[in-house]
Amino acid sequence: MIGTGILKGMAVTARNFVGSYFEKERLITVQYPEERSPLPENYRNFPFLIYDTEDAEAGLRCVACKICEKECPPQCIYIVKSEDKKPDYMGKPQFYPKIFDIDISVCMSCQICVEVCPFEAIKMDKVFELSTRERFDALRQGKDELSKSNTYYHSIHPIEAAEVDAKLAEAAAKKKPAAAPAAPTAGTSKSTPPSGS
Amino acid sequence: MSLGFQELEAAERPPTIMTSRLEGELLEVSMGPQHPSTHGVFRMNVALDGEIVRKLKPVFGYLHRNHEKIGENTSYLGSMPYTDRLDYFCSMTNNWAYALSVEKLAGIEVPERAEYLRVILAELTRLQNHASLLGFLLSDMGAWGTPLMYAFREREKILDLFESLSGSRMMCDYMRFGGCRVDASPEWLARAKEVVNRFPKFLDEFENLIVENEILIARTQNVGKLSPGLAISAGITGPMLRACGVNYDIRKVDGYGYYPRFKFRIPLGEHGDTYDRLMMRALEMRESIAILNQAFEQIPAGPVMNPKVKIRAFKPPVGEAYGRIEAPKGELGFYLISDGSSNPYRYRVRPPSFINLTILEDLCLGHTVADVMVILGSVDIVMGEVDR
Ligand code: SF4
Ligand code: SF4
Repeated sequence: MIGTGILKGMAVTARNFVGSYFEKERLITVQYPEERSPLPENYRNFPFLIYDTEDAEAGLRCVACKICEKECPPQCIYIVKSEDKKPDYMGKPQFYPKIFDIDISVCMSCQICVEVCPFEAIKMDKVFELSTRERFDALRQGKDELSKSNTYYHSIHPIEAAEVDAKLAEAAAKKKPAAAPAAPTAGTSKSTPPSGS
Repeated sequence: MSLGFQELEAAERPPTIMTSRLEGELLEVSMGPQHPSTHGVFRMNVALDGEIVRKLKPVFGYLHRNHEKIGENTSYLGSMPYTDRLDYFCSMTNNWAYALSVEKLAGIEVPERAEYLRVILAELTRLQNHASLLGFLLSDMGAWGTPLMYAFREREKILDLFESLSGSRMMCDYMRFGGCRVDASPEWLARAKEVVNRFPKFLDEFENLIVENEILIARTQNVGKLSPGLAISAGITGPMLRACGVNYDIRKVDGYGYYPRFKFRIPLGEHGDTYDRLMMRALEMRESIAILNQAFEQIPAGPVMNPKVKIRAFKPPVGEAYGRIEAPKGELGFYLISDGSSNPYRYRVRPPSFINLTILEDLCLGHTVADVMVILGSVDIVMGEVDR
């Protein structure tokens, strides 16, 4: 009979309308910003730089090897390497980035910089409320804004951060007995990555 | 001045000039979904005789982003996130197609668990693509919003799965050459299973909404018929091709990934009209659910990444490769030529929605303007992929 199909469809609409008052599954809208759905552990937005210890300058893990700058597909990282070396968090003299900028208006959150970094120095952040009133400078994050502590990293990606810490501890433990008999400089030069400049 | 309206009009009207563009009595209209949230930015030059379409010329290119040229200028890995942006509904299948062709080029093995994960993600992608296509098609037909929101509600559950696995809802960037970026936890698999188990309920409901609806039947049956002969000679693939009864599915033909290990059927249409194309999607979703259930049963433990693949300075040997998969919209292929350096020498995408769109004129001729939108919707295009 003509019209039954439409009535059937209307029954579906009615069930959904009434159901949205009772069933959680049928009403999934979240009233942002009053309500927020939790972000999953793996959520990624823009990269940030990690520092160990309390001091953002001294504890920065990045050694300005420029690998991420080279691999970043849209080329939104800009690094200037320091001329001098300073001791890193393990006391080894290393270069450090004099300038480290990421233009987050260009960054496409692809995580490739994180994957290619040999020093676990750059990780993905979860902050997404970053709107500004300007198009240019406000969206270019410098070293100061990018540096965040390892504690912060643990708070946003607990599982991943624990894995990274374990990996670093293992590498440090392996290096110590190997570096002790040999001259300490030989150990450091081996672990210095090829500079990308 | 006491000229009457008709005299005034006759006095002021310029003499009719027959231009070749206007073609006599035909009215040329520029129409098309021009809002990014519909199908993308697209235009059709339609010549109308009253309400009947006599000529139709699609105009592409508003979303052109140099995808292929960028691919030739970035490293192999660097193109992976760009492939997400081709068909932004199905970034997982785009990733897979690209990874497959690079794996072919460099002869990389993929671990078993990664292959299963890829099948799971590809079929989840098919579910959400087809569900949102049905919603969009209904909203093109004038069922504003409501069915689309039902479809999006289900799609959102799948996107949540993608987000918790890959970190992003739509720009997943999840697959890598020789595997997948991160492993799926047992909790994730359990959640995915739950979503899949609930999906048939949504499908039943959605089919109740549309299958017998008289208005929908009147608007879609015998509209935009595609003959198998034309479909084959124009290179149409995917549900469009199968809706006219041609049994061609790359999952069966090529048997890439682990598809030969799964039991599933290929739904086929008979008339090749819009209704068949629509129902094809509904039936394919059922088969996807069958594949997913088998994959959840069979998925083994193990690594998800081939440890031999270098992530930095990846250079495949000299050669060429064409990798293709059955993406939700049709055959998606990547053709790569390597000269041994870290960038591809040639990077070419065979996008299903672009090639499926080339026959739009043949489908629309003789139908009314209102049908053009419905036919366009049933082709299932995403302009990000058409224009690249
Ligand atoms: S790859 Fe890592 S260590 Fe090297 S410059 Fe980038 S963030 Fe710093
Ligand atoms: S996330 Fe991707 S685009 Fe953004 S800085 Fe890292 S490599 Fe570049």
